[in-house]
Amino acid sequence: MSSATAPAHDNTFGQDDTYLYHHFDDLHQQHESSSLGMWAFLATEVLFFGGVLGAFAIVQTLHAPAMRAASHHLDVLLGAINTGVLLCSSLAMALAVRAAQLRQDRHTVWLLIATIVLGSAFLGIKAYEWIHDYHEELVPGLNFNQERYPGRQILFWSFYFTLTGIHALHMVIGIVIMAIMAVLVWRRWFTGGGATQIEMLGLYWHFVDIVWVFLYPILYLINK
Amino acid sequence: MSHEPQADDPRLVEESDPKLGYLGSDFSIKSWLLTTDHKRIALLYLASITFFFIFGGVAASLVRMELMTPRGDVFNAPDDYNRTFTIHGVFMVFFFLIPGVPAVLGNFLLPLMIGARDLAFPRINLLSWYIYMLGGLFTMYALVAGGVDTGWTFYTPYSTMFSNTQVIAAALGIFIVGFSSILTALNFIVTIHTMRAPGMTWLRLPLFIWAHYATSLIIVLGTPVLAITIVLVAVERVFRVGIFDPAYGGDPLLFQHLFWFYSHPAVYIMILPSFGVISEIVTAFARRKIFGYSFMAGALLAIAVLGFLVWGHHMFVSSQSMYAGLIFSVLSFLVAVPSGIKVFNWTATLYKGSVSFRTPMLYALGFIGLFTIGGLTGLVLSTMATDVHVHDTYFVVAHFHYIMVGGMVMAYLGGLHFWWPKMTGRMYSEFWGALSALTVFIGFNLTFFPQFILGYMGMPRRYYEYPEEFQVLNVMSTAGASILAVGYLMPLIYLPISLLIGKVANANPWAAYGLEWTTASPPPTHNFEEIPIVTGGPYDYELQDRADQQREVQEQGIV
Ligand code: HEM
Ligand SMILES: [Cu+2]
Repeated sequence: MSSATAPAHDNTFGQDDTYLYHHFDDLHQQHESSSLGMWAFLATEVLFFGGVLGAFAIVQTLHAPAMRAASHHLDVLLGAINTGVLLCSSLAMALAVRAAQLRQDRHTVWLLIATIVLGSAFLGIKAYEWIHDYHEELVPGLNFNQERYPGRQILFWSFYFTLTGIHALHMVIGIVIMAIMAVLVWRRWFTGGGATQIEMLGLYWHFVDIVWVFLYPILYLINK
Repeated sequence: MSHEPQADDPRLVEESDPKLGYLGSDFSIKSWLLTTDHKRIALLYLASITFFFIFGGVAASLVRMELMTPRGDVFNAPDDYNRTFTIHGVFMVFFFLIPGVPAVLGNFLLPLMIGARDLAFPRINLLSWYIYMLGGLFTMYALVAGGVDTGWTFYTPYSTMFSNTQVIAAALGIFIVGFSSILTALNFIVTIHTMRAPGMTWLRLPLFIWAHYATSLIIVLGTPVLAITIVLVAVERVFRVGIFDPAYGGDPLLFQHLFWFYSHPAVYIMILPSFGVISEIVTAFARRKIFGYSFMAGALLAIAVLGFLVWGHHMFVSSQSMYAGLIFSVLSFLVAVPSGIKVFNWTATLYKGSVSFRTPMLYALGFIGLFTIGGLTGLVLSTMATDVHVHDTYFVVAHFHYIMVGGMVMAYLGGLHFWWPKMTGRMYSEFWGALSALTVFIGFNLTFFPQFILGYMGMPRRYYEYPEEFQVLNVMSTAGASILAVGYLMPLIYLPISLLIGKVANANPWAAYGLEWTTASPPPTHNFEEIPIVTGGPYDYELQDRADQQREVQEQGIV
């Protein structure tokens, strides 16, 4: 709220008033605004994925046998590896946030690069899987083979590509922003050292990871 | 770390002019297009929303002209008629009704009312306007150059498999504009949470703020569902896979569920901000405290929550299970309770007030009456047995126009007149203002009341020809529409004129209560010379009037 309420804990990380935007009273208020804004945005994202996940849940319940049969064609091992890769990237991101708060610019940049590398590795494995699916004639709209995969299985694949597609798109966006942030931190462009900005990016990245943690079981493990 | 001047300098503030406030700081076009001042952004929105409103209005006039006679004569083919009502629906809903009050009045007033210098994210605020323009112009191009014949509801499988029109382009435009709503709503939520002036506790917030808070919650939680629905429609259309199309194993009802999960709450996105506007106007011109403040605030939140639970009332005849229908019907009746509280409390506020019938008040009174009719007919529609009879007829068209045009547009114009002196520093002609309010009211009722009867007699919506016996009522409706158009044109003329020849307004021309009236008209760029400290609740008109009397007694010795 206002400066009258004392901050419960210091979240300004040694930033000084040169980093205070003119319309805020103090750094605490400024940081709280950024943080609340990001959380509200993530609420939006939850509903965005929630819409398609809800639709998929209905389809999965209505046509359970076909969905299970279709899910057999996914590679559980690759999915598991990808889950691990993504969790590691989250760790790197968390460390980058900490480094930014401590104003260790070099560390921050390197950890951001590590996150980018791990995120790209995930996308690489995902792309490999998609290409494999294409060769197996599993892509609706391009080459889906209704004779090989009869019945409602096509529905599973429509949702699979939609879900993993929008998830991958979120990752690409995250990676691009991360690359920009890394350059800006390197060049010391941020008045406040970028701690707040990188913290918000971190929230976003963790969210994208958590989405995958949900996608993996409902896509890969439902036939187990 | 060193602190040389850096690219990202947070302390940059736009200039302010001593007399013209935020308006006078800089007159260049660049200063307007790059402004981060919420007040200037509100004016950018005002201009662009007016533009899209006129565009949607022209389409409506064409539709009404076609319906003057039973035979199709204005349009060459039924398809052109379909394209025109789609233009009307899409532009009015997504580019006028939804952003209207929040993006113009909300943007301008929200920081002023809570005693803040700006919204929490001024640059995101500007970004939202650019996204709005991008989405608007893109959709406009898609609907004019290509054309879409599905109506604003984009029902599948027609929209995904059969319609040969630019569905994807139009859907993309709506997807884009959704981001602008979300960014505005985020900004509002954060600003209300973190930037209230000292002493401005939650229960001292003006109801205008509560209304925008509730609206923002709906936008943040509802809009993404529309976005993903649009993505799925595009996926189905491009890849010809069955998500909604039964021919490929999909389910068309799924689309309706997803669509109405957003679009019923969206009707509350359209109306809740207007509730806020009306609460401000009614108290100011009845000079009374709002009746039942906490119930009014609670009702707004209750509507926001319940609004998410009633979407199935659009699907009573869609083969949705009867039991689901029953529950949706009951829940729809529950929504009527908080809506009723609003109407009763406005009326109770008027009771024994010293009411003055200035232009904003005329609009507000029109709002209360028309919204009540719209809400009550909503109950007719929420009753399954009667809905089967009037579903997809002109009765539904009349119902939602009573709420959207009779409600939201009345409140928007009322609010614009109420805060016009604050926004521009000028007074408009009271005569012309009152005349426009009256013309709009008469024109509106003549346009839409006959549609209730038409629908009840069985005239379906979205056809361009109809049997002879419906003609009299249709002619009445078209005649009313032309009166309505005149009513809307008047403010378009006398408001701009007031900028040149209007009386200069003082800080508080209506003697109204609220922080926005304590600063200059127009306000300085920074809103307040000194951040105000709030010591009491809103709408304390009785107290204020008594204080004024006392002061007069002391100063002039009159008893
Ligand atoms: C408060 C603001 C409201 C707005 C802006 C609004 C708007 C609308 C709109 C746009 C439609 C038509 C959608 C379409 O088919 O194109 C509609 C239909 C409907 N409304 Fe409302 N409405 C409001 C309030 C209510 C209330 C309070 C109720 C009931 C308690 C209600 C019940 C219904 C029902 C049942 C339908 C579906 C009718 C049918 O298609 O058969 N509405 N409304
Ligand atoms: Cu509804």
